[in-house]
Amino acid sequence: MTVMETQSTDTAGTRRLTTAKAMVEGIAQEMERDPSVIYLGEDVGKYGGIFSSTAGLLDRFGEDRVLDTPISETAFMGLAIGAAVEGMRPIAELMFVDFFGVCMDQIYNHMAKIHYESGGAVKVPMVLTTAVGGGYSDAAQHSQCLWGTFAHLPGMKVVIPSTPHDAKGLIISAIRDDNPVVYMFHKGVMGLPWMAKNPRATDVVPEEPYEVPIGKARIAREGNDITVVSVSLSVHHALDVADRLAADGGIEAEVVDLRSLKPLDREAILTSVAKTGRLVVVDEDYLSYGLSGEVVATITDVDPGMLRAPVARVAVPDVPIPYARSLEYAVLPTRDRIEEAIHQVVKG
Amino acid sequence: MTATEAERALDASVRVELYRTMVLCRTFEDAILREYHADKKPAFDIGAGLVPGEMHLSSGQEPVAAGVCAHLTADDALTATHRPHHLAIAHGADLRKLAAEIFGREGGFGHGRGGHMHLFDPATHFSCSGIIAEGYPPALGQAFAFKRQGTDRIAVAVTGEGAANQGAFHESLNLAALWNLPVVFVVEDNDWGISVPRKASTATPSNSERAAGYGMPGERIEDNDVEAVYEAAARAVARARAGEGPSLIEVHTVRLLGHFEGDAQGYRDDMAGIESRDPIPRYEKALRDAGLLDDTEASRIREEARAKVEDAITFAKDSPEPDPATALSYVFA
Repeated sequence: MTVMETQSTDTAGTRRLTTAKAMVEGIAQEMERDPSVIYLGEDVGKYGGIFSSTAGLLDRFGEDRVLDTPISETAFMGLAIGAAVEGMRPIAELMFVDFFGVCMDQIYNHMAKIHYESGGAVKVPMVLTTAVGGGYSDAAQHSQCLWGTFAHLPGMKVVIPSTPHDAKGLIISAIRDDNPVVYMFHKGVMGLPWMAKNPRATDVVPEEPYEVPIGKARIAREGNDITVVSVSLSVHHALDVADRLAADGGIEAEVVDLRSLKPLDREAILTSVAKTGRLVVVDEDYLSYGLSGEVVATITDVDPGMLRAPVARVAVPDVPIPYARSLEYAVLPTRDRIEEAIHQVVKG
Repeated sequence: MTATEAERALDASVRVELYRTMVLCRTFEDAILREYHADKKPAFDIGAGLVPGEMHLSSGQEPVAAGVCAHLTADDALTATHRPHHLAIAHGADLRKLAAEIFGREGGFGHGRGGHMHLFDPATHFSCSGIIAEGYPPALGQAFAFKRQGTDRIAVAVTGEGAANQGAFHESLNLAALWNLPVVFVVEDNDWGISVPRKASTATPSNSERAAGYGMPGERIEDNDVEAVYEAAARAVARARAGEGPSLIEVHTVRLLGHFEGDAQGYRDDMAGIESRDPIPRYEKALRDAGLLDDTEASRIREEARAKVEDAITFAKDSPEPDPATALSYVFA
């Protein structure tokens, strides 16, 4: 659906946008500034992106710069790579990250490796945008996050905004970066009118272009009792839980929004856990061999003694995402699971 | 479309130049062959020696490189395969940097990070990929950028006949035709996908027929005929430069050596008399018969090639090995 929530203005007159609208604004401002920026992918033209990632861009920039491709991910990912090598700054959208299987060779063997293989002689300044995440019964092939897979493979940066502010700043940084950047937007943070959403999906966004630094985490909420490290939609859930626990009196959780997985802001994780001594990692990707283990290793590689209690990892257990609502919500990192994990770690 | 020998009127200098390019390619491969095996005796160890790793040599396939690249300048892009040396050389890549990269040295194209299947020369827009058919899609993007820049530069994408059964091949043909991109697709049909003969892999006798399925001209050149390749490439390159879209050329060529060095080739049933399929002596004879080449000129061409190649080999050997402390350099710009 292309229906967008109209922008709203709060009482102080500060402009508020949905995450989708903020992302599009960032892209549009970069396309305005730099004629070498193009956007290509499936249904990014008249449709405006299945998850509104390109709404309005075709009308504004025309078919030469906003290109609907055939359902032919290998061809158009490769095209973006070649165009980037020759000096353009393409943004190529993989409609769902789950579709990476049909074009992963271009992504990890070409996009991510050319700079290294060429000894730095060839740059690939492109952005791969892709929708991630579940929670709306789209089942096993349309609900995954898979950011751990991309962050595992060397040569591509991985950024994942959770807020409108960061969606705009990170897409601008990604476009300006001389490296391939994978920009993963969770459908649940976009503020789509046709999907359940957290109030945090609409927020204040400055009108002028700005960058959010790649590789820098954000302290989404300060607290002294426990650190909750997360990314994307799970940050919203973690903040909801943290606010509730604080209101109940007793636990002040610090919520770290990683924003980038590659490079990973290990310093932010270490600083927070050094303060709280307790850690919960919330990750909508699969449990094993992924982000949650990496965050824990960030601590144990430096000083396991920092931890005053065992860590809890709230992630999708190693199972395909189920279709039935009752089953899907049994495996997603829900607020209830996060709260239970926090209580468990605080008790030690 | 292929004209007979008599019908052709190729300029004498073009014909000698085609020969010169083929000789340079072969001289380079012969030198790499020598260096590769020099210190892998008596027991062959693929990872040992001055030139370690898989080595896919192009001996026999020179007509493709010479015939196609004769129409290109360094501003045109070329993407090649895991068997890339002849194409790099014919496209004008620096021989020293090429050799040094094959030797895994700091002076190579990728400072030793890439190796012989992953060569990138920005000066000639040359690159290659070790993944079958996956060099086609990036060529689309290079062609796309050239077109957007308002130039008549083109991209040539080369792959083998085994790659023509990959999705990337068909996706690329479709998108190039759909967007009218200045690309020339080249298929080097050397009869063998490692050990599997073409008849066991491909449902159609000619990949040039497949071009028709994407609305583009397709030609198949039989018998590794360098002049026929040259003429077909002239048509395809002119069409691309004129903004008329992509074409496909398949060349029936020959792989004189194994898939890689160390391949015993027990599966091959076409080795008897394979020397007679070597395109270089055959073309040399044609030029001599036409009075375009004599002993003096032929040995001068061979000597020039030898000098250039040995200079490159010496450069490679003298180039330092990359410092292990720099193994993590160049992951990101």
